Amino acid sequence: MSIDISQFHDVFFEESFEGLDAMEAGLLDLNVGAVDLETINTIFRAAHSIKGGAGTFGFIPVSEFTHVMEAILDEMRNGEREVSTLSINLLLESVDVLREMLTAVQQKTATDDGRIADTRQKLEAMKADEFEEPELVKVQVEAVTESKDLGWKINFNPHQHLLQTGNDPVRMLRELGSLGELTTEVNDSKLPPFSDFEPEDSYLSWTLTLLGDIPKEEVDEIFEWVDEDCDLTIESIKAPVKGPTRVEIMVAALDKHDVVSVEFTPEPESEPEFSTTESVVDETPVVAVDIEETQSIEATLPVEKTTTKSKIATPAASSIRVSTDKVDSLINLVSELVITQSMLSQIGEHFTPKMLPQLIDGLAQLERNSREMQEGILRIRMLPISFAFNRFPRLVHDMSDKTGKKVELKLTGEQTELDKSVMEKIGDPLVHLVRNSLDHGIEMPEVRLAAGKAETGLLQLKSYHQGGNIIIEIHDDGAGLNEDKILAKAIEKGLVDASDELSPEKIHDLIFLPGFSTAEELTDISGRGVGMDVVRKNIDSLGGSVEVVSNRGEGSVFTIRLPLTLAIIDGQTIRVAGENYIIPLVSIIETLEIKTSEIKLVSGKGELYPLRDEYVPIIRLYDVFNLDPHITDLEEGLLVIVEGEGQRVGLFIDDLLGQQQVVIKSLETNYRKVKGVSGATILGDGTVALILDVPGLMALYRDPSLALFVNHNRAA
Amino acid sequence: MSEIQQVNETLELITSIDDGSEQYLSFFLGEEEYGVEILRVQEIKGWAQVTHIPNSPPYLCGVLNLRGTIVPIVDLRLRFDMPKKQYTATTVVVVLKVEGVTQRTVGIVVDSVSDAHNVVPEEIKATPDFGSNVSTEFISGLVTLEDNNMMMILNIDRLLSVEALG
Amino acid sequence: MAKILAVDDSASMRQMVSFTLKAAGHTVMDAEDGHQALNIAKTQSFDLVLTDVNMPIMDGLTLTKELRTLADYRFTPILILTTEAGKDKKQEGRAAGATGWLVKPFNPDQLLATIKKVLD
Repeated sequence: MSIDISQFHDVFFEESFEGLDAMEAGLLDLNVGAVDLETINTIFRAAHSIKGGAGTFGFIPVSEFTHVMEAILDEMRNGEREVSTLSINLLLESVDVLREMLTAVQQKTATDDGRIADTRQKLEAMKADEFEEPELVKVQVEAVTESKDLGWKINFNPHQHLLQTGNDPVRMLRELGSLGELTTEVNDSKLPPFSDFEPEDSYLSWTLTLLGDIPKEEVDEIFEWVDEDCDLTIESIKAPVKGPTRVEIMVAALDKHDVVSVEFTPEPESEPEFSTTESVVDETPVVAVDIEETQSIEATLPVEKTTTKSKIATPAASSIRVSTDKVDSLINLVSELVITQSMLSQIGEHFTPKMLPQLIDGLAQLERNSREMQEGILRIRMLPISFAFNRFPRLVHDMSDKTGKKVELKLTGEQTELDKSVMEKIGDPLVHLVRNSLDHGIEMPEVRLAAGKAETGLLQLKSYHQGGNIIIEIHDDGAGLNEDKILAKAIEKGLVDASDELSPEKIHDLIFLPGFSTAEELTDISGRGVGMDVVRKNIDSLGGSVEVVSNRGEGSVFTIRLPLTLAIIDGQTIRVAGENYIIPLVSIIETLEIKTSEIKLVSGKGELYPLRDEYVPIIRLYDVFNLDPHITDLEEGLLVIVEGEGQRVGLFIDDLLGQQQVVIKSLETNYRKVKGVSGATILGDGTVALILDVPGLMALYRDPSLALFVNHNRAA
Repeated sequence: MSEIQQVNETLELITSIDDGSEQYLSFFLGEEEYGVEILRVQEIKGWAQVTHIPNSPPYLCGVLNLRGTIVPIVDLRLRFDMPKKQYTATTVVVVLKVEGVTQRTVGIVVDSVSDAHNVVPEEIKATPDFGSNVSTEFISGLVTLEDNNMMMILNIDRLLSVEALG
Repeated sequence: MAKILAVDDSASMRQMVSFTLKAAGHTVMDAEDGHQALNIAKTQSFDLVLTDVNMPIMDGLTLTKELRTLADYRFTPILILTTEAGKDKKQEGRAAGATGWLVKPFNPDQLLATIKKVLD
């Protein structure tokens, strides 16, 4: 039967790219001083899998390249090779090359053979460093020649415990029988009396005659698993009429091994012996490669590269990994839709005006089903921003190396989700901003020390949801923006008048003007001279914004704000003054029933509640929202301790209701920003519930004038 | 409800006529008849439960869910300092497309919807300051209708601007 | 035909092996690592176990040793899938109690031919 294994290629590519990412992450994680065995094993296994898969699916060059990497990693995990910065960097480079190779194979494009060969040479050189003498293994090679054997005489004497490996002489005899004409003669002399008989042991042996034109290999193969567990002799029944020629023998050898040298022992009757080695020394090993395979490398023509020598972007994945619960909920929604549809069609069939209310209900349900399905489908395209952040450990590591600056990278909020297409487009701007921080922000270690800072600079990438937006912040504790230099440059470029008076913020914003980037910035490090203006343009085109806040000598923060096609949060529904609101679960620390006696009244500061080691202000929600309260007695309601912007307050509410995931809908699209409210959501019954914004509530509490309109005569 | 059906049907017919005239949809607040450009009318619906917005003007009833979008609803009576009327099953909400920095969707609560009228530009008279309920900045012109009633054409972009809503 | 347990941490390998064996009429279950495989093996019985060597959590050789301590699996054919053709790897396999091995890379036909040798 012929099975087309190319159908498994896509999965192989996907898992191999993931494996490469795992290898890269692992390599970056390795501490030269204290090597974590588990990390090394993970890296090794990834290389091993890629090598195996590549071999299975016929991608020989990939398999061979990976083989050398794997060999080095194997030595590392066995403790035979020290993990050094040099080796880590070389392996990282090899991961890059391998990524390019796989991409080329996947997309059927040309590879940069110069680079591949280069890196491979370095790998092999590294491998050879620790190599004493190549262990030459002498191997007997059977040449495939025309055999004039009439057959084989086989003495097969299994050892007592052969059965315990799961092997069975009966099966072997069956296999032998399928090769040719088999006569068996069993020897039961070792068989003990029945009472002493151990059914798990083997006592029989056989003398077998196998007739037919059968290559010895095939006979050997049948016994290859048990050659240690038995006494075996295989003699040919007739001597070969024509011995194999030297050429035939060499061809046979090349088929199986990396041959380094050949020795013909001067005994024409016996098989010649070869020296082979399992690993490579100086000479490129002679390896038989099918001609078809080499066609995947259209080697000699230099590939036109318009991009700089940066990582070749993995082709935009045409597939998305989706968690099964997202799919499950869609399936549920479809079933609900089916129910609604059948209900509506029933109404339609026997419609009378009396059924109008039911029709209206049904239509409302239909609206809900369709909306929820739309949300569910959009959710599938939501991916955590870690996919965009993942390239930065490597980038920061490489740039630190190149520039000699010491930088620590901290990532927060990698689980924040955003739409896949937005994430793909935000990647380049992010890279530019990070490079900018590393290049112009973080100072050289000596400069930092002189300024009284820690030698190692801190670069933080943070991401979180706020209202209907996703916020990405890039913090560096570097030198900050140099207002004088920026102003001078802007004046020089005619972007501002020398007479203009600009606040520091306005000056900072100048860097985003087109034409601002200069030759200074067109270094390899800062990228291809893309410029901050392109960054802003790209982000604007996504409907977002980018701003910078900077303090001379302390550092800068770039804040990117992007609208979310869909923002989902876990929400806690609460009730106050007859209205339902939703508090983001992530803001809630705990909920308490409190006693009036515990409260401290401070004039000018209001009510405070002692919570462990701090006093927490109590915000009466009906107060800041100017609602007619239902419950005013602190002992009758609940206090929800929430956190916002690093501070804690207690929200006094009437009651807690359920928790559910809610989709954030924008209030600002048609209305406006409301202080204390971050957005709205549509509940299951179609009504709207407002989502509270804890920092906003705190601001309202501190400064009630922030409420744009205070409505004391609230009509019900 | 049948009134709404009727008007929605008329809307369909009217918007296909093209003779240089503008079409307006008129509605009543008490005795007074107002009009808005039909092209700005997205739809007409009955009253539905709104969610109150804290610290908002009294004429902002709240927001409701319109096929997945959050839409603010303004009580036009209160906006014009008229006494409020109870909302019933026959209360009508006219959903409008309001222009500004961005286009927004806003609904207004009216007593009842009247009819769709064809109006030629010449028929629109300037607005004198005639001491009506409504500040004249929100009225872009006056039209005398066939039945001799006067229709005040509303400038909804000013009436329902972001600033106006609170 | 036969009920086979295939163990490999590579999804593409699992897919290929499963597909090949099923196409030949066998029933196949698979596992990503030795630990998972052991749990499955304890609740069902298999006529043959195919296992990769290098896997996280529990590798193939440990799996083989563990299976051999179970009454049901003392004589069940266990084949290890290994990329290493060296003598010592094979010794290790045998020492762990494996019936035999299959050297990677292999194609579907080789796989089927090999398992034929151990199925009754």
